[in-house]
Amino acid sequence: MKALRFVLPLAIFIVLVGFLWVGLARDPHEVPSPLVDKPAPAFSLAQLDDPAKKLGPADLKGQVWLLNVWASWCVSCRVEHPLLVALAKTKLVPIIGLDYKDTNDLGRAWLVEHGDPYQVSVVDADGRVGIDWGVYGVPETFVVDKAGVIRYKQIGPITLESLQQKILPLVRELQKS
Amino acid sequence: MKHALLAAGLAAFLFAAASSHARADAAFEARLKNLEEELRCLVCQNQTLADSTAPLAEDLRREVRGLALQGKSDAEIKQYLVARYGDFVLYKPPLKSTTLLLWFGPFAFLLGGGLVWYVVLRRRGRQSENENEDDRPPAAGPPSGDQSERARALLDESKES
Repeated sequence: MKALRFVLPLAIFIVLVGFLWVGLARDPHEVPSPLVDKPAPAFSLAQLDDPAKKLGPADLKGQVWLLNVWASWCVSCRVEHPLLVALAKTKLVPIIGLDYKDTNDLGRAWLVEHGDPYQVSVVDADGRVGIDWGVYGVPETFVVDKAGVIRYKQIGPITLESLQQKILPLVRELQKS
Repeated sequence: MKHALLAAGLAAFLFAAASSHARADAAFEARLKNLEEELRCLVCQNQTLADSTAPLAEDLRREVRGLALQGKSDAEIKQYLVARYGDFVLYKPPLKSTTLLLWFGPFAFLLGGGLVWYVVLRRRGRQSENENEDDRPPAAGPPSGDQSERARALLDESKES
């Protein structure tokens, strides 16, 4: 009984430290998306290069693809952009850009300046498609499988680490199936 | 005279219609405000949708207003946002298996604390009872022969010194 008196507070303390330690490593800005493992929300948006043409998830069925949400006003997009350009050169997976709450002119100019890794970019000028996709912090990147189901969502800039450890292995696995 | 009456009646009718419309509008705005205060802005996470000036919050307010104008209920509007952003958009988390600890954890702690408090109090009470027994004066009555002899010896000792 006497031992319990010392062991019990210690045990509680250790559990508490454990919880806090895990909490430290977590980013509260990363809200898990309820859309993962759900069908990609449909849209049909005008293409940045040719506003007369439209594109939507339905046109991409049968292949694994990435949807990268970007904007010319987005600062952290500049951080991940070189990685996207490099990824596009490998031709491992098509990247579709969603130019979020941006104007066509600024968007095009930005791609000229920083390079265009996108197979196609579509323009979500009023941000409605962004809301459907649960976008709340640009950049965001979604992995969509052959059946048109969202399999992964990256919030914030892609890093070499997330690309090598999460996105590319997942893409390879989905392409095999 | 007839015309004047008619005009007055028409004016009264229009006034009533306009004010009821304004009242309905005010009720609608109050409802939106209430709803927005229960929703979280995803960008600045400790602000409600009503308080936030983030562009996304503006878009979401516009979306909420649009849905309300379509005649959607509060529950349907919340469902719409939860489907896109998860339970996190709700300031009041729903009760489900993963949130049981969140909802009832504090009560469990309160109960545990109360239990510890009770046990400690009882133990302390018992301890002081035992102590009291030691301090209690000996039972009343004349001292026994043994005791008076000891007392006398002690008194004699103090006289000698």
